[in-house]
Amino acid sequence: MKLTLKIWRQKSSIDKGSLETYPISDVSEHMSFLEMLDVLNEELIEKGIDPVAFDHDCREGICGMCSLYINGEAHGPDRRVTTCQLHMRKFKDGDTIFIEPFRANAFPVIKDLVVDRSSFDRIQQAGGYISVNTSGNTQDANSIPIPKEDADTAFDAATCIGCGACVASCKNSSAMLFVSAKVSQFSLLPQGKVEAKDRVLNMVNKMDEEGFGNCTNTGACEVECPKGISLDNISRMNREFLSANLNK
Amino acid sequence: MAKLNSGVPKGEIQDKWTQYKDSINLVNPANKRNIDVIVVGTGLAGGSASATLAELGYNVKTFCYQDSPRRAHSIAAQGGINAAKNYQGDGDSTYRLFYDTVKGGDYRSREANVYRLAEVSTNIIDQCVAQGVPFARDYGGLLDNRSFGGVLVSRTFYAKGQTGQQLLLGAYSAMNRQIARGKIKMHNRHEMLDVVVIDGKARGIIARNLVTGEIERHSAHAVVIASGGYGNVYFLSTNAMGSNTTAAWKAHKKGAFFANPCYTQIHPTCIPRSGEYQSKLTLMSESLRNDGRIWVPKNLEDVKALREGTIKATDIKEENRDYYLERRYPAFGNLVPRDVASRAAKERCDAGYGVNQTGEAVYLDFSSAIMRYGKEQALLKGEDENDLQLVKKLGQDIVKSKYGNLFQMYEKIVDENPYELPMMIYPAVHYTMGGIWVDYNLMTTVPGLYAIGEANFSDHGSNRLGASALMQGLADGYFVLPYTIGDYLSDDIRTGPISTDSTEFEKAESNVKELLEQLVNNKGNHSVDYYHKKLGRIMWDKCGMARTEIGLKEAIKEIKELREDFWKNVMVPGQLNELNKELEKAGRVADFLELGELFAKDALTRNESCGGHFREEYATKEGEAKRDDKNFTFVSAWEYVGEPSEAKLHKEQLEFENIELKERSYK
Amino acid sequence: MSSSTFYTSIGYKILMALSGLFLMVFLLQHLVINSMSVISPDLFNEASHFMGTNPVVQFLLQPILIFGVVFHFIMGFFLDIRNRKARSNSYEFNKPAANSSWISRNMVISGITVLAFLAIHFIDFWIPEINFKYIQFLPEDPTRYYHELHEKFALLPRVIAYVIAFVFLSLHLLHGFQSSFQSVGASTNKTRLTFSKIGNVFAIVVPFGFIVIAIFHYLTQH
Repeated sequence: MKLTLKIWRQKSSIDKGSLETYPISDVSEHMSFLEMLDVLNEELIEKGIDPVAFDHDCREGICGMCSLYINGEAHGPDRRVTTCQLHMRKFKDGDTIFIEPFRANAFPVIKDLVVDRSSFDRIQQAGGYISVNTSGNTQDANSIPIPKEDADTAFDAATCIGCGACVASCKNSSAMLFVSAKVSQFSLLPQGKVEAKDRVLNMVNKMDEEGFGNCTNTGACEVECPKGISLDNISRMNREFLSANLNK
Repeated sequence: MAKLNSGVPKGEIQDKWTQYKDSINLVNPANKRNIDVIVVGTGLAGGSASATLAELGYNVKTFCYQDSPRRAHSIAAQGGINAAKNYQGDGDSTYRLFYDTVKGGDYRSREANVYRLAEVSTNIIDQCVAQGVPFARDYGGLLDNRSFGGVLVSRTFYAKGQTGQQLLLGAYSAMNRQIARGKIKMHNRHEMLDVVVIDGKARGIIARNLVTGEIERHSAHAVVIASGGYGNVYFLSTNAMGSNTTAAWKAHKKGAFFANPCYTQIHPTCIPRSGEYQSKLTLMSESLRNDGRIWVPKNLEDVKALREGTIKATDIKEENRDYYLERRYPAFGNLVPRDVASRAAKERCDAGYGVNQTGEAVYLDFSSAIMRYGKEQALLKGEDENDLQLVKKLGQDIVKSKYGNLFQMYEKIVDENPYELPMMIYPAVHYTMGGIWVDYNLMTTVPGLYAIGEANFSDHGSNRLGASALMQGLADGYFVLPYTIGDYLSDDIRTGPISTDSTEFEKAESNVKELLEQLVNNKGNHSVDYYHKKLGRIMWDKCGMARTEIGLKEAIKEIKELREDFWKNVMVPGQLNELNKELEKAGRVADFLELGELFAKDALTRNESCGGHFREEYATKEGEAKRDDKNFTFVSAWEYVGEPSEAKLHKEQLEFENIELKERSYK
Repeated sequence: MSSSTFYTSIGYKILMALSGLFLMVFLLQHLVINSMSVISPDLFNEASHFMGTNPVVQFLLQPILIFGVVFHFIMGFFLDIRNRKARSNSYEFNKPAANSSWISRNMVISGITVLAFLAIHFIDFWIPEINFKYIQFLPEDPTRYYHELHEKFALLPRVIAYVIAFVFLSLHLLHGFQSSFQSVGASTNKTRLTFSKIGNVFAIVVPFGFIVIAIFHYLTQH
C-alpha cells in the first residue's frame, strides 16, 4: 500500500521542530510499524536525507523503549500493543499517518521522535525498591506464604514496562499510572509493607518535582497502556498516600 | 601471554566454592570507598553486579546504551529461572542441577563453574523474593514451579511468561537504591567503545555519549563486561535490535581471549520471517511443543498449492502429512531438545517443504491436542463426545487457558487464528553460549577485566538448557563476582584514583575518534543495514544450524571481503556530535564483521558436532550429531593477533571428574 | 497530618474530591427542599424558613458551604492551569476521544458553566435573601418563600438558562461523582463499576429534579 507519513522532525532538544511529509509506497500489511519506518529510513539514507531517529530495542513489546504518538494515540490505534508490535494491516492504502514523539514537559525531546524519559528512573530511585541487601542470606523464599490473589495482583502491577504511554495519553501529562503500578506492587507484598509509607510519599514528591501533571481520572492511561495496567493501582496509591499521611 | 589457567580451586566439587570464598583476599570496607569499578551493561548480570558491588561499598560506574537500565534484553526472557530448591520434593538437588546442566551442555562446560552455579541457584530465589519479585504462587501461597525441557524434575520458578522482566526489574530496583545513595553513577545512553589497559591491567573505558556524541574517558580499578551475547551477528535473531558484541569484541582486541564463538543456540519455535523487510524474530515459548505436533506436507504439490494460497493447511489430509520429528525420533517425538528440533526443521525446508512464501516455515499443529482435550472435557461434563463442534470448542478453551497469551501474540503478528489453522514456526538464533574466556574468578585474560552473564563463555558448554540463562546472569552478578573481584582489588587499595590523563587513555580515545570519523566521512553508497543483512545471510547459510568445512571456508572469505567493502562503501549519514543511530549501528556492525570471521574459524577448527555446533561431516549415518571426546574436550580460547581468522588458538582442557561423558540420544 | 500533605498532586486531588463530595451532599439537600415546593407550598415554606433563620445553618453551615464552593472552583482552575503547564508543546494531531470521554476531559468547561449559573442564582435568590434579612432587617415572614420561588420562574429565558445549567451540572457530575471516589482511594476494580452506576443515577436524577421543578413552576403560571 501507499501511505503519506507526517513525521515530527526536530534536530535537537533546543531546536524548534515541525511536521515533515514523506510519501512511502510498497508497504506490506505484514510489516510492523517500525519495520515500515526502517524502510523509510533506508530510502532517506539513499537520498542523502537524515533518517528519522526513533527509540526501539527489543521489538517484542517488553523493553518499553519504543514510543511514538501515532495518529493521535500513544502506540497507535491498536490496543494492548506497543508500537513495535503494531502492524501495518491496521492501516489502509492511501492513509495519512501522523507520527509524533510522546509529549510532556517531563519528557523533553532529544531528537525527532526520541524523548528523554529519565524522569521515570528518578521516580523509581526515590523509593521504587525494597531495602534489602543482595547478600543472598535472606530467609527462605517460602518462609512467608503470600495469598495467590495478592501475588497475582502484584504481578499484574509489576508488568508495567515504563514506556510512558500513560503520560503521553493523559491530557494532564500525569504519571500516576506508572508510579502507582510500582507502589501497588510493593504495597501488596509483605516484603514491601515495611517501607510502604516512605515509599509512597517519596515517590509522589519526586513525581511532582519532575513536572508531571495532576490526575483527573479520565482513564485515558488505562486504555492506552500496552500492558493493561489497571486504574485500580491509582486508587490504591491514593489510599496508600492518604493513610501514610494520616499515620505519620 | 601466559598459558590459560582456569584457577579452579582444589578439593571436592561440593566444597570448592565454600573453601575458596574462605581463603580469598577481602577488601576492608574503608578501602572499598577508594575503589572504582566500571560495569558495562545492565541486564541481569550487569544490573545485579552493579547493585551488589555498590552495596559492598565500591564506587560503581555503570553504562548502558539504552535510555534506562531497565530496558536491557534480559527483560524479554519468558519461561523461567531454574533453582535446585526441591520445593516439589521430586528428588531435585544441587548435584542434579549440576548434572543436567553439564549433560545439556553436551559435556563442553567447566565442571567447577557449573557446580557453583547450581549451588548458588537457591540463593537467587530467596534474594528475589525478598526484593519483591512476584513469582507465581499456588493457592497455598507458596512458590509454584513448572518443568522445562531436558530435565526430569520441576525446578523452574516463573512469573507467567515474563520471568525475565520481573527478575530484571528486581535487579533494577536494587540498582535504583544504590543510585539514590550515590554509590552507582549511572550512565544511560552511553556506549563503551574501548577498554583502556595500563601496565597490563584494565583501568578504564572509552565511552560515547549517544546523545551529545561526546567521547568520554572513565577510569576504574576494574572493568566488568556484562554486555550480553552476539546473536545479532546473524542480523535476524530474537535478540534486541541494539544487542551487540562491541564491548566484548573491544575487550577481545585488547587481550581478552574469546572462547567457543561457534556455540550458538538456535531456538526451534519462533515466528517465521514474513519478508525482506523483517528486522527481528519473535520467540514463542518452548512449552508449546508439549501439545503441538510439528509437520510439513508429504507432497511437493501440496506445498506449491499452500504457497499459492489455493489450499489451506487444514485441507491436507492426515495421510499426506509428514510428522517428521515423530518419524525420526519415535522416543522423544516433538519433545527432542532445541538443537535437534531446529536442525530437523531446516532439513525439511531445505528439501523444499517449507510451508510459507519464504519457504522457511513448518507447522505446529494443535488440532489433535484440541480434540484430545475436548473429548476429555466432554466426558467430564457428561456431554456427547461425538459432537465434533462441541468437542472442538471445549478443547479450544483448554488450549486457551494454557497458552492463551502466546496464541494471542501469534495472532497479532501473523494475523491468522492459531485455534483454527496450525501455527507456522521456524528456528531462530536465540542465545550464544560462547563469549569472553574467564577463569574461576570470572576474570578474563586481562587482569582486572571481568566478564559475566551471556558475555562470558563459562557455564553452558555447547548448549544451554531452558531457564538457565537467567540463573547464570544473576548468579554471576549477585553471588560470584562480588566475592571474586575482591581477591583482585585487595592489591589495589593503595593505588588511589586513576588518572584519565595518561597516554593510554589518550591513545584509546584518539583511536575511537579516528574510527568514528572514518565511518562518518566515508560517504559511501550502501547503508549499514545493507551490510548487516549480507553478513547475516552468510552466517545463517554457512555458520547456521548445519556447518560444513567448505561452507565455513567460504564464509571466512566472504566475510573478509564484505568487511573490506564495508569500510570502502558504507554510508553513515549525520554528524559525530549528535544523536546518530546509524553511526551507533555502523560501529556495531563493524565489530560483527570481525567476530563473524572468528566464529567461522572456530567452527572450522572444531571437527566434531556438539550441542549448538553441528558439522555435517561429523554425524552418524542417521544424521545425528557425533561428538569427539578424545580430541575435542577442550575450550577453544582465541587470542587476537590482527586478522580475526589468524587468531591464535589456546586450549583449556576440560576435566570431568564428577560426571562421566556419555552420548546423547533421543531416538 | 503534616501541613505539606496537601501540597502534592495527590493532596490537591483528594481535596478536590472531598469538596466535590461535600457539594454533592449539599445538592441533594437542596433538591429535597426544592421538591417540597412541588408537593406542598406550606411544607416548602416551613423548611425554607427553618434553613433561613436557624443560626447553625445561617452562621455555621452557610459559610462552610460558601467556602466549599469557592474552594472547589479556585482549586479547579488552579489544577487546570497546572495541568496545562505540564505539556507546553501540544500534539499536532491528537485523538483524545479514542481513550477518554469528553466529559472527563472538560470538567473545567462544565464547571465554568455551572459557575456562571451560580452567579445568576445568587443574583436571583441569595442576594435578595441577604438583603431582606441582614441589610434591610425586614420583619420575618414565614410564608414568603414559595411566592418568591414561584414568581422567579415566570420568565421563559430564565427557565431555559436554568435547564442548560443543569444539563452541564449533570455532565459535571457524571464524571465527578465516580472520580471523587477514585481520588480518595475508595474505589477498587470491583467497586469502580458500582460507584460509576450510582454516580450515573445521581448525576441524572439530581439535575433532572431541579429541571422538573423549574419547568413545573413555569407551567403552573402560564
